[in-house]
Amino acid sequence: MRELDTSGFSCPEPVIMTKKALKDSPEGLVVIVDNRASKENVTRYATALGYKVDTEEGKGSWKLRILK
Amino acid sequence: MEEVRLTQLVRSSGCNAKLPPGDLHNALDNLTQRRCESLIEGFESSDDALVYDLGDNRVLIETVDFFPPMVDDPEVFGEIAAANSISDIYAMGGEPEIAMSLMCFPSCLDISVMRCIMQGAIRKTEEAGVVIAGGHTLSDREPKFGLAVTGFACKNEVWTNKGAREGDAVILTKKLGVGIQMTAHKAGETGAEEAIMQMRTLNKKAKEAAGGLSIHAATDVTGFSLMGHSYEVASASDVTIEIEFSSLRYLDKTEEFARFGFVPEGRYTNEDYLSDKIALPDNLTLSQRDMLFTPETSGGLLLFMSPLDADEYLKRVDSAYAIGKVKEKGEKPVVVRM
Repeated sequence: MRELDTSGFSCPEPVIMTKKALKDSPEGLVVIVDNRASKENVTRYATALGYKVDTEEGKGSWKLRILK
Repeated sequence: MEEVRLTQLVRSSGCNAKLPPGDLHNALDNLTQRRCESLIEGFESSDDALVYDLGDNRVLIETVDFFPPMVDDPEVFGEIAAANSISDIYAMGGEPEIAMSLMCFPSCLDISVMRCIMQGAIRKTEEAGVVIAGGHTLSDREPKFGLAVTGFACKNEVWTNKGAREGDAVILTKKLGVGIQMTAHKAGETGAEEAIMQMRTLNKKAKEAAGGLSIHAATDVTGFSLMGHSYEVASASDVTIEIEFSSLRYLDKTEEFARFGFVPEGRYTNEDYLSDKIALPDNLTLSQRDMLFTPETSGGLLLFMSPLDADEYLKRVDSAYAIGKVKEKGEKPVVVRM
């Protein structure tokens, strides 16, 4: 599955990046975020589009699996 | 000249750039200073400005506020920053008169941009009857601008966070949702025209319309969100403030933008600090929570007055509306009802 690393970016940039990436990969995506606001906001965006989001917490970052 | 996009130069913008309230308290609580007898409101209180007793029933009110741009047009940014800075004087019931500017300016920008920011600020200060007397400018990677504003009032007419009474009506004078709207704007989802127009609007009329009425407490709604500023009043006044969610007026599509994750970072740090101080209804959606805790920029006045005075005030100010009432102090300082 395609992986998108948004580390170093602050909101709303990770949401914009996720929006673009999901247009190219509508079947799903793994998004790496490195702050809580991005984790929450990317999750909200994907959920609003009807995706399921599985969250895996790492050291100072989260891996969001966005799935149909 | 190359087109300037001020918002692309900054990490956070407007009142969302404020440090989280919890961090501020950790850093600053219990610092001690020499007492100043003439200082009626100072470091210890959470009011919008200092109040200094000049004698003869006159007080000086002083505040400072500055932030990074939330719009690309430098003149509009100047207007918004000035309106936001001056608002703290209105929130204390004062008449603003003089100001000093604070400017952080990146070397990558054409110097004419600075002039545009100042032109916007002067347009707004003139509308408020304020003169900018000078200022200070720094070179910085991110642009920032604001004013230190001085105003005056009669000592017995100053509005503070203290003094909200059981039975008071709670009135708000602008719509909510600016923080969410401007996050969506930065993402290219909306022109945010209404939010920008509202941020540029001085709280001058909202303050002056209270003439002859008895305002028991007041503040303005900015970076700490409606919840945070309500909490400050409830805490200082030793009461509980009950807010009806259904009565809150939000800028168009705010809830939809929140649902799609256009939520500023400050929303999360605000809730971290406030979660144990506020009772929320069980059926509040996640987006509605976002809307309550999101920072506002250049928001409206939050006024506390008797229901009779509130009726009169609402007749005088078209944009104002009642959002709740003050109750006897209960378990939580702020209670939100659907």
